[in-house]
Amino acid sequence: MPVNTKYIEVDNVSFSYGDTPILENLSFSVKKGDYLGIIGPNGGGKTTLLNIILGLVHPTSGSIKLFGKDRHDFKEKYRIGYVPQRVAQADRTFPATVFEVVRSGRVPRLGFFNNFTKTDTKAVEHAMELSGISKYRDMLIGNLSGGERQRAFIARALAGEPDILILDEPTVGVDIGAQKKFYEFLASLNRDQHLTIIFVSHDVDVISEETNTVLCLNHTLVCHGPSGSLLDEHVLKRLYGEHTKQAIHNHD
Amino acid sequence: MIEILQYDFMVRAFEAGIAIGIVAPLIGMFLVVRRYSLLADTLAHVSFAGVALGLLLKINPILSAIVLSLIASVGIEHLRNSQRLFGESILALFLSGSLALAVIILSLAQGFNANLFSYLFGNISTVSPIDLKITIALAITVFFAVLFLYKELFFVSFDEELARASGLPVKYINLAIVMLAAIAIALSIRIVGVLLIGALMVIPVISAMQYRAGFRTTLLLSVLFSIFSVITGLFAAYYLNLASGGAIVIIALIIFLISVLFTRRP
Repeated sequence: MPVNTKYIEVDNVSFSYGDTPILENLSFSVKKGDYLGIIGPNGGGKTTLLNIILGLVHPTSGSIKLFGKDRHDFKEKYRIGYVPQRVAQADRTFPATVFEVVRSGRVPRLGFFNNFTKTDTKAVEHAMELSGISKYRDMLIGNLSGGERQRAFIARALAGEPDILILDEPTVGVDIGAQKKFYEFLASLNRDQHLTIIFVSHDVDVISEETNTVLCLNHTLVCHGPSGSLLDEHVLKRLYGEHTKQAIHNHD
Repeated sequence: MIEILQYDFMVRAFEAGIAIGIVAPLIGMFLVVRRYSLLADTLAHVSFAGVALGLLLKINPILSAIVLSLIASVGIEHLRNSQRLFGESILALFLSGSLALAVIILSLAQGFNANLFSYLFGNISTVSPIDLKITIALAITVFFAVLFLYKELFFVSFDEELARASGLPVKYINLAIVMLAAIAIALSIRIVGVLLIGALMVIPVISAMQYRAGFRTTLLLSVLFSIFSVITGLFAAYYLNLASGGAIVIIALIIFLISVLFTRRP
């Protein structure tokens, strides 16, 4: 695919719960190699947008194309790797090793009744290596720290060899030191593995520092463009209200 | 040959017992990790209503138990998907409803009340040759269904949201778990009894979980514990003249206690 290939095209999408509008007339696209940050207040529609992209909810109006295909015709869901919210607090008692959890990321690629092959195991080992969790292979997933577990869940998404990685508030429950390493890891996936990443967060600083494109969402599209220059006070007020002031807080 | 195996009914009890001992924790594992253990008790009560119906209509009670619990399992999943009620409330509804149905059928036809005790707590002498054939055939079906769907069952049990987002037919996988549970439970009624089958599905699994191993190892351990409980329990039932279900579950409980003590962390 050429570099400017559009992986996701959202065209005039709206979504409402009953009479309550959640998203109104969104249009944007995600290109191959993008590192897109989606930012906005809680309840602003970030997770709903992700759910629409993932096909978990259907838009009230508008259309979505994934890898050039209408969402109804798109069947290769394994091309989108997803790391859901709150995984750091996931069930600690579940009896599964890191390898078993990461390997489950291959399941959508395999289809029913097909068993894991050597190729699958190789992809799983590679995903664990990339995520720096190979040494925890046989440990129980519940015994990992929040940051390590987060990496394991990213390895699970990578095991399916996706073209896009979508992360929803991935650092909730992960301590600050581990968060910094985690952001470096994501940046390297985008830079070195050429993985397209969509990263949802409510943290303005993280999005402006880490991603190269930003999409500001508060029911409507407030801004969309290169991240560095975009998040000025005017935009933040439209996102978070009139009383918002920009304060610098450094993640170092 | 040891004395106990000279009796055909005991050989049948062992064969059916081992088949149940394998499939009960195989399904139980997926119920326990999903915090859905109560489903086993609910379906056991539905099976009991099925047994009562079978006795009333003079058809094989295991078959009527399987049919009724399969119907109930579809109903339970349908209600759960509709999200009109809490999952727990749905189970309570089916549990008490089917017990009420069983009691009404039993009081309508008082002739077979003598059998009641053996269906509630298990009885080693009640496995007929046809029961054995049904049990083995369906236990093999359940075993291979779990084997073929293993990776999907694991994925959905560990992370249902992600499985849905990845395009897996989560609704049908959940239905498969519940229907397989319905079959495994109905099969176990003869030997373990309505009131104790839930224990055979859950206790070997939670015993195995004490060893903090991976999913596959935990599953294998739970099957080993379950088979050991069934075989030892059947011996105890025969030599000490006990209800087989009670003996099996007490052995399973002893294994659980030993496992807890053995794996205790300082």
